[in-house]
Amino acid sequence: MLKIDTEKCTGCKICEKVCPFGAIVVVDNIAQIQDNCTLCGACVNSCPVEALSIERKPVPKEELDKFSGIFIWGECEEKNERIVPKKVVRELLAQGRKLADRLDQDLTVVFLGDGKLTGLETLITYGADRIMRCQHKLLGNFTTDSFTNVISAVISKERPSVFLFGATPHGRELAPRVAARLHLGLTADCTGLEIDEKGELIQTRPAFGGNIMASIVSPYTRPQMATVRPNVFSFVEPDNSRKGEIQDFDVILSPSAIRTKVVAMERLSDEREVSIEDADIIVSAGKGCQKKENLKLIQELADALGGVTAGSRAIVELDWIPHTKQVGQSGLTVGPQLYIAVGISGAIQHLVGMSSAKTIIAINKDPDAPIFKVADLGIVGDAMDILPVLIRDLKK
Amino acid sequence: MIADRYNKISVNLRRSVAEKLVKMKILICVKQVPEITDVKINPETGTLIREGVDSILNPFCEYAVEMGLELERHYGDIETVAISMGPPQASSALIRCLEMGVDRATLLADMRFAGSDTWATAFTLAQAIRAMEGDFDLILVGKQAIDGDTAQVGPELSEILGIPQIMYAVSVELTGNKKKIRAKREIETGNEIMEIKLPGLVSLSKGPMIRSVSSFKEILDARKKELRVATASDLNIDENELGLGGSLTQVVKIFPPQVKKTGKLVDGSEPQGAAKKLIGFLRERKFV
Ligand SMILES: Cc1cc2nc3c(=O)[nH]c(=O)nc-3n(C[C@H](O)[C@H](O)[C@H](O)COP(=O)(O)OP(=O)(O)OC[C@H]3O[C@@H](n4cnc5c(N)ncnc54)[C@H](O)[C@@H]3O)c2cc1C
Ligand SMILES: Cc1cc2nc3c(=O)[nH]c(=O)nc-3n(C[C@H](O)[C@H](O)[C@H](O)COP(=O)(O)OP(=O)(O)OC[C@H]3O[C@@H](n4cnc5c(N)ncnc54)[C@H](O)[C@@H]3O)c2cc1C
Ligand code: SF4
Ligand code: SF4
Repeated sequence: MLKIDTEKCTGCKICEKVCPFGAIVVVDNIAQIQDNCTLCGACVNSCPVEALSIERKPVPKEELDKFSGIFIWGECEEKNERIVPKKVVRELLAQGRKLADRLDQDLTVVFLGDGKLTGLETLITYGADRIMRCQHKLLGNFTTDSFTNVISAVISKERPSVFLFGATPHGRELAPRVAARLHLGLTADCTGLEIDEKGELIQTRPAFGGNIMASIVSPYTRPQMATVRPNVFSFVEPDNSRKGEIQDFDVILSPSAIRTKVVAMERLSDEREVSIEDADIIVSAGKGCQKKENLKLIQELADALGGVTAGSRAIVELDWIPHTKQVGQSGLTVGPQLYIAVGISGAIQHLVGMSSAKTIIAINKDPDAPIFKVADLGIVGDAMDILPVLIRDLKK
Repeated sequence: MIADRYNKISVNLRRSVAEKLVKMKILICVKQVPEITDVKINPETGTLIREGVDSILNPFCEYAVEMGLELERHYGDIETVAISMGPPQASSALIRCLEMGVDRATLLADMRFAGSDTWATAFTLAQAIRAMEGDFDLILVGKQAIDGDTAQVGPELSEILGIPQIMYAVSVELTGNKKKIRAKREIETGNEIMEIKLPGLVSLSKGPMIRSVSSFKEILDARKKELRVATASDLNIDENELGLGGSLTQVVKIFPPQVKKTGKLVDGSEPQGAAKKLIGFLRERKFV
């Protein structure tokens, strides 16, 4: 139940502006709730005098079973001037499909954007039963405020049993806000998802810098929410015979709900190049490459293998590469088929960003370098002597 | 009734005028963590072996502390307060904050907080902030704690407090007469400068690699500063909203990760031979 403290309410109408359902109106200087309130919570935290509150009682087990459907946030990115779903959305679809089949429920992808969302139908071929489009001119760019409002509205209206986000920078910023607004349990950065015999979602994730794994459940709240690490689950080949529907979700959003302002933006990554998060082959450089000029060799090796370059934080600090290419705890998590680490020691903060790579090769002149503990092939030697020969031979 | 409401408005107005005269207040939420490089798990019980593992101030929290202190140095007239929820031993992380230069610190320590998940942690922090530091202007947090690794407490806290957030900041400045904060943040494609009105929350993802070592004088000064300990009874919080009972997630199993077989180590002192080995391996795995 949404409760209004009429003593506190000043009639300022802020709640009216943020409600995504038009379910709260101010009459005679006091807010009043309509029947269509979905308890999405958007108004509660916006009230400047804390006049609104939602009483959330623990939900009995039979209530939990009324929540149904696997939902996925269809995060998009701009590529060559087009707005397209990120790779992680296809990975989530493949995994979500398995959960949906196991529970005999539908799989829905939720897209937020302005009018430019096109070509979403193809996601049906990747496993979706339903595409839900939330379109509004204020959703053209990601903001936590607007996306939290809309996703919370979708959840409170649709009542899914599972909601998954990619554990991307935006996903990890958005999911906890939604979880806190709706008072839901949330598991971070999962690498394993399963349904147990009770129909509960078992979410498995690494913690303590990857030193331990933990399996986590959200027994009391629905939907069960998780962010899922990109590049862990593989996606399936599209199946053109699959059928599905596209639905529009009515979005009500006011500019005053968005409290962040982007003052400036600077692009550092090359738009034509595959990002390190999506790359299949990465050649990564560390301080052991000795000087910036030597990165030429890293680039040549990447070119010869059809991959991209990346690096450790040490060389980002030295300004040899931009941070958009930094692998690790304070950079990006990558999961390529092949990762070649050249002159990288293998500090734990670096390893957590790349240890899910399928094949790892390391070149380091120190036989005790920790990077060798995760490498499939380790070469103990001077990389600056080996690389020129390797590149020459590869080109032959 | 109307008169009553009118009174409330004027009270609010008066409070905001008064607030302008007081110092700006920055809260820094910090967590004590084990040095993760040493963490082992007991294969029989599946629990963490914490004995003999050093505890440190979470490095991302250290960045947050440094950033708060830098704002104080640069703009002046700012009070910095560190807050941590944790066991009594976590006071050493707060002492470290005081030695670094934070003005005062509060430890939320109570057996009843044990077993908190991120929701319960964020909720407890929020209730403590409301009860003790409600007039804050800015909250700084680390991007993530290196043990739990969830990076969820920051955004959950800002949502509960109903304030805007900027995540993954690397540098910050105050604008608009200290009423706004502008942060440079690193995003996947480059940099973004973002601004919010205060009160708000900023999470830090980087800072200077060189840790400032406290001087003898700073260590002595720190002893004179206030380190307050608060319990659940000091907060407006229901017994069943605390700790394990108030948590919405449950850890059901902890186990070691599948250890990857270490591959072969090859002598590469002779570049020709090393290149040959490498190409052979790449062929075998069908990369060339
Ligand atoms: C909170 C925090 C977050 C961090 N986040 C990240 C992160 O996201 N990503 C990251 O990478 N780091 C991160 N770090 C830093 C990390 O701890 C290491 O300092 C860093 O990864 C080291 O980079 P490196 O391996 O390039 O350099 P070094 O550790 O200096 O290693 C250089 C290596 O090159 C080898 N070498 C030298 N010469 C040669 C040669 N000629 N041929 C072959 N090998 C050679 C050396 O044997 C050595 O092993 C973080 C640290 C902290 C505290
Ligand atoms: C193996 C394991 C897995 C877990 N997985 C989950 C999970 O998926 N979901 C979940 O909800 N809980 C989970 N937990 C519980 C979670 O680790 C704790 O709730 C922890 O107190 C906060 O999470 P964190 O360490 O990830 O902090 P983060 O959210 O990563 O911390 C970010 C920042 O928040 C601030 N902060 C965090 N904790 C405190 C504190 N106690 N006092 C002051 N400031 C603080 C700091 O500024 C910190 O830099 C897990 C616990 C374990 C042991
Ligand atoms: S935001 Fe709060 S004070 Fe303003 S009208 Fe709504 S309930 Fe009343
Ligand atoms: S809880 Fe959501 S639907 Fe209900 S009045 Fe508030 S904003 Fe509107």
